[in-house]
Amino acid sequence: MNISIEHYLVLSAILFVIGAYGVIVRKNLIIVLMSLELMLNSANLAFVAFSRALGDMTGHVFMIMSITVAAAEVAVGLALLVSIYSHRETLDIDVLKLLKG
Amino acid sequence: MIVWIILFPLIGAVINGLLFASGFWKKVCRGDEHSEHSISSLIASGAVLLSAILSTFYFVQLLSLDPPQRQIIQELFVWIPSGDFTVSFELMFDTLSSVMALVITWIGFLIHIYSIGYMHHDKAFAKYFTYLNIFVFFMLILVLGNNFPLMFVGWEGVGLASFLLIGFWYEDNEKAYAGRKAFIVNRIGDFGFLLGIFLIFFIFGSVNYQDVFGKAIDPAFMSAVPGVTITAIGLLLFVGAVGKSAQFPLYVWLPDAMAGPTPVSALIHAATMVTAGAYMMARCNVFYSQSPTTQMVVVSIAAFTAILAATIAITQNDIKKVLAYSTVSQLGYMFMAIGVGAYAAGLFHLVTHAFFKALLFLGSGSIIHAMSDEQDIRKMGGLRKSIPITAITFLIGTLAIAGLPFLSGFFSKDEILAALYDRGYTIHWIVALITVVLTALYMLRLYLLTFEGKSRVPESIKRYVHESPYSMTIPLIVLAVLSIFGGYIGVPDFMGRIIGLHDTNLFEHYISPAILLDNAKEVGHHLFGHWALVGFSIGGAALGIIIAFYLYYFKPSAPGEIANEIEPLYKASNNKWYVDELYDYIFVQPFSYLCTMAARFDQKIIDGAVNGVASVLKDTAYTLQTAQTGVIRSYATLMAIGAAAILIIIVLW
Amino acid sequence: MFDYLFIPNILYSSKGEYSTRRTFTSLETVVFYVFAALALAGALMVISFKNPVSSALSLVLTLFSTAVLFVLLLAHFVAVIQILVYAGAIMILFLFTVMFLNLKPESLKFESKHLGFKVSALLVILLFVGYFASLGFKKGLFLSNTSVSEMEGFGTVQGVGTTLFIDYLLPFELTSILILVAIIGVVIIAKKRAN
Repeated sequence: MNISIEHYLVLSAILFVIGAYGVIVRKNLIIVLMSLELMLNSANLAFVAFSRALGDMTGHVFMIMSITVAAAEVAVGLALLVSIYSHRETLDIDVLKLLKG
Repeated sequence: MIVWIILFPLIGAVINGLLFASGFWKKVCRGDEHSEHSISSLIASGAVLLSAILSTFYFVQLLSLDPPQRQIIQELFVWIPSGDFTVSFELMFDTLSSVMALVITWIGFLIHIYSIGYMHHDKAFAKYFTYLNIFVFFMLILVLGNNFPLMFVGWEGVGLASFLLIGFWYEDNEKAYAGRKAFIVNRIGDFGFLLGIFLIFFIFGSVNYQDVFGKAIDPAFMSAVPGVTITAIGLLLFVGAVGKSAQFPLYVWLPDAMAGPTPVSALIHAATMVTAGAYMMARCNVFYSQSPTTQMVVVSIAAFTAILAATIAITQNDIKKVLAYSTVSQLGYMFMAIGVGAYAAGLFHLVTHAFFKALLFLGSGSIIHAMSDEQDIRKMGGLRKSIPITAITFLIGTLAIAGLPFLSGFFSKDEILAALYDRGYTIHWIVALITVVLTALYMLRLYLLTFEGKSRVPESIKRYVHESPYSMTIPLIVLAVLSIFGGYIGVPDFMGRIIGLHDTNLFEHYISPAILLDNAKEVGHHLFGHWALVGFSIGGAALGIIIAFYLYYFKPSAPGEIANEIEPLYKASNNKWYVDELYDYIFVQPFSYLCTMAARFDQKIIDGAVNGVASVLKDTAYTLQTAQTGVIRSYATLMAIGAAAILIIIVLW
Repeated sequence: MFDYLFIPNILYSSKGEYSTRRTFTSLETVVFYVFAALALAGALMVISFKNPVSSALSLVLTLFSTAVLFVLLLAHFVAVIQILVYAGAIMILFLFTVMFLNLKPESLKFESKHLGFKVSALLVILLFVGYFASLGFKKGLFLSNTSVSEMEGFGTVQGVGTTLFIDYLLPFELTSILILVAIIGVVIIAKKRAN
């Protein structure tokens, strides 16, 4: 059976959903960030799949940009996390609700 | 350049008004009230004097023209350019308006002079003169306008000025209410007037006098117009006159209007504003002469008004009220004349009435001034020795209004009575004759109770009784002279012929170019000739005078006894036949009930709706606020659900 | 690129005798399914473990598997970059933070009372995803993996470089600024305040 592009896309979608589920369900902030990375990874997979299907290198370039952005975002996120932990001694996102409206 | 006739009072009003309001006068005169008053009165009186001189000048110019061409028209600008309906600010100085303009400006000038003395102690001196000038301005627009809308502008404007002046001492609530009552009752008449103008435009396609009257006397045009329409126009315009000129049933504001300063009563409610209705109907003579129905209505109402007012006047105890009801009665006379088609007679009475009624009012003002603001004639008596000039002029005015031969009132009243009889309105003639008796009766009563007999003046006032200053007595003297000699411009033909003069009725001849249609049909019985009629009117006046003398001079106790005998009648007459109370019951109370209901509706329902919307929004906001918990997880959940929903919608559609 | 390999398939018939049938299974298919399964397994482990370190290591597994899938898609350069940067640097950063903060394994009782809801939500979402995907197949949204005219150097460093520095130079520069901003931000945020 030939592997066609649809297979990759379905895989990407499933990974995305698992990542979304992780963001919603998990309590620990670090796990949430990791699930976020999972979602980004699935998007990258979709990019590259399309790039192969259309024969255009743009997808690869976008993927590189995406990795870059992910790196920056992880850095800042972890910095915030460290700072929060040093103030509040907890990483439970149910406890961190100062943003209450 | 007849526009300057109306511009001078306007400029005077503006200067006085602005400078008074801004306190400029106080600063300039540095608190010297005397010079403050001088400047104000100089500007105001000077403005009216200039108008008067201009009017006279143009009057003389008119005389130099041929009778059919006695018209000066000046168009200033187009006021309402609206397709077919174009109204321009156009003034016309013809014979009719010249008479009115002369009366307004010259008598206005005299009253301005009088006011200088009368209002001397008043704080709002300049405001008073501003209002007076505003009044003169609007009254002149009324008489000089060349189309109906412009007349209506003047009509409303004098109503406004009247309101302002009646309620001049507004700190006293009763006086303010009197002003309000005048304006509202006037408004009722204005409504009819407006409807009349609309109908005129609908039928004639224009509101310009020349256009409308030209079409109205054209038999070819009028054959297409149903008679009912002309009657309707006449009646609607008459409704306006009923309001403005205090006929029954809209006369109730005039006695209350006596709350204003006495010169105001003299100018507005005797000589000029109340005569606007008569002027208007004389101007629209073409409508009235073509509609016998309207004429009957007008004469009947006028006659009823005349006698009704006279029956109230004989029991009133306030000088000004007596004069007010007298004015209503005399206005009835004017409208009787106009109603039968004797326009010249009505206008002649308008002029002579202006003379002696202004004189009487100013005289009463002088009395009130002498009596330290006491107006009850039961507290007067024997004043002739203390204030002789006032007394003599007042007597002249009284005799003039009573119709003593050779005074002005005699000629005008007589002409009206003759017109009534000659044109077949016999019943009305009898009513008018009875009113003559009553008029003489109550006027002489007024004079006798005030000036003759034993003095009933309270001690506290007695020592302050003094004659008025020159600024007040000179106008009195001038008006007295006019009351005596003013009648000679309208001597009827048959009288003049005795001494060999022909066409002695100068007034009638002068007015006639403006009277385009005059149904002077003499269909009377001719049972009595002219001289007999004259005899009747003189007899009636004499009867009234004799009764008055008997009751109030020779046997002062008699009136009290008579009043006791016919107590219910006396009380009713004294209380104005309870007309005001009737109006209050029928109109005012239901209306104020309606207003209360409307106010409550507005408060509960409309405000409730608005507040309800606001509270609904508030509750919604509170409910939605609960979604903002600050818990990140729920935010993330909602975002995921939302994104999924959007995806579904996009893909499925 | 990959030739079909000849892999014998042994089939046992119901009669007990065996016969050799030559079927053609491409190496590509096998590799795909294996590493896809690994990726999925890794993802599921990320969201399941109590220990943050375990989660991080599972994520590394997922990233590795994805890198292999990239190679299957002829994106060699990107695959290597993924391993170096993503699995290498970023995950190291995660692990470093976890170690640094000395995070204990948390009690994973799904503190929320709605476990059933969450599981069913996951299933529903998966269902929708599958539905859309199939819709896409039917509508022909996606292209089949037939031979596409490939540009010169598809997936190689040369190809990436050409596209990146010629067509997408501006975004490249902006990305570098983004990284600079992130660095500055991180330094400011994580600095110890003098309090």
